[in-house]
Amino acid sequence: MIIAKNLTKRYRKHAALHEVSFTIKAGESVALWGANGAGKTTTLRCLLGVHAFEGELSVNGIDVRKRGKAARAAIGYVPQETTFYDLTVVETLYFYARLKKASVSRIDDVLTQVHLSPHNAKRVTMLSGGMKQRLALAVALLSDPPVLVLDEPTASLDVKAQRDFIHMVQSLSQAGKTIVFSSHRLDEVLALGSRVLVLDEGKLILDCAPQELAPRLGLHRWLRIWVPAEHKAQTLNVLGEQGYRFMPNGHSVYVQVSLSGKVAPLRLLESAQIPVEDFDLIDGELLLQGENDD
Amino acid sequence: MIDLANIRTLAEKELRDALRNRWFLVFTIAFAGLALVLSSLTQPGGMNLRTVSYSRTAASLINLVLLFVPLIGLTLGAANLAGDRETGALIYLLSQPVNRVEVLLGKFLGIAGALLATLSLGFGLAGVVLSLRGGIQDSGGYLFTVLLAYLLALAMLGLGFLLSSITQRTAAALGGSLFVWLFLVFIGDLGIMGTVASTQLPIGTVFLIAVLNPLQLFKIASILVIQANLEVLGPAGLYASDHFGGFLLPLLIGGLVLWIFLPLLGAVILFGRQERLVQRGKTNP
Repeated sequence: MIIAKNLTKRYRKHAALHEVSFTIKAGESVALWGANGAGKTTTLRCLLGVHAFEGELSVNGIDVRKRGKAARAAIGYVPQETTFYDLTVVETLYFYARLKKASVSRIDDVLTQVHLSPHNAKRVTMLSGGMKQRLALAVALLSDPPVLVLDEPTASLDVKAQRDFIHMVQSLSQAGKTIVFSSHRLDEVLALGSRVLVLDEGKLILDCAPQELAPRLGLHRWLRIWVPAEHKAQTLNVLGEQGYRFMPNGHSVYVQVSLSGKVAPLRLLESAQIPVEDFDLIDGELLLQGENDD
Repeated sequence: MIDLANIRTLAEKELRDALRNRWFLVFTIAFAGLALVLSSLTQPGGMNLRTVSYSRTAASLINLVLLFVPLIGLTLGAANLAGDRETGALIYLLSQPVNRVEVLLGKFLGIAGALLATLSLGFGLAGVVLSLRGGIQDSGGYLFTVLLAYLLALAMLGLGFLLSSITQRTAAALGGSLFVWLFLVFIGDLGIMGTVASTQLPIGTVFLIAVLNPLQLFKIASILVIQANLEVLGPAGLYASDHFGGFLLPLLIGGLVLWIFLPLLGAVILFGRQERLVQRGKTNP
């Protein structure tokens, strides 16, 4: 479905992508994983034929360099944050349906699919971030393309909107769409991906199953726990006695947890009668991102 | 392969956007209002008096076009691609099954439609008032002047798109368009006057330098249409009349047409090649 051979993209002397090769079969859902600047967005934009590139790239059997417009017709694209024109939801879909040569009758179908039918008369500027991303997904689905390309589609959404969006994409994946998406988030990759391509400084360094990603890259999840100041020393003792790896940080403590053991430290503190004021789950990729941030 | 349906879709959207644009509405109202005021100043009276008054009104309308049309054409064109680029709308649009030539031509034609509608409204209102007051001596000449204003508007819009295709930021594109406007409207004229005063350039050279400016092309062609001679332009005008004779008007119109196509062609080439400028903000691999 998608074949890249020695895909290279240079910005003057800097190679944003360096001889990246991969094959994605029809129906696969493949995550592009990497820190900022790793080359994820560049790869997706090369797929769309928006960037000039070296090497070979085909989508659905179409040579992207020679027939970029035809390749784009086979792709539904959802960017990280979509900027729509100042139109209503229906007008927006009508405009893009005409460009995509999609039947106008598809508009009602995609509105229903992304649960935006009650908002069809609203101006796009009045929509929440989550609704805008659903509208972008609706636009992407107008021509019922075989391939969906999603560039960190949930990065700017709140937790509920993230979950809703992931559910929608999961159902599209189950319906047989080929999906390529970029992400920083381990939970998103685990929920959506059937395979992960890891990019680092423009090079493909790993091609693995999502479940292998954390152990292969040494990623961890960290549970950040806030406890009252008077209980902090006791908290560190309890966690240390049970063999947890932890890092005190101000009024909170970072505790390294396994992917399936997120609740255990909280239960441990509860049994030791240490009150937990708040907690948050932080994926290891944030540490990875911090190390490579550009 | 260029898809005319895509160009039409994009042009219709741009036309609708332009008609909703406040800056555009202000221009339309100002242009139509001033054209109306100028036409109302035509004095009814005897034939000779009316002829003189019509010439003055027509000259005032030409000056109005020379000030307003380049300003709005340049700024609307310059802000268009650059604005979409800055908001991220352009990269999203180009991720659809369209090509860059279709996008640029669609946008150009849509705004051109709105701009020509505005000019038609202004000249139309002025024409009605002039007719009611018996001020139009040569309706064909008046319509020809409107046609020349259309050509000037398209040339300025094309120049605006050229600026838009080579700048990353809306502010830079608008700044550039204002500089070009100032240059064409004021500095160009002053430069020619200064050159003539300080050098002994042959009059033919002075004329050729003058007609490199599309505003001068419009002005000379309009005067030629209204007055049938260029005495009002002094020695350069007389030189042009004597030297080119009946070919002068077609040459001037041809010059304006070139000023439409060359900047637009430049914009198409640059927009097609400079992918760096499609992205929002800085290059972000």
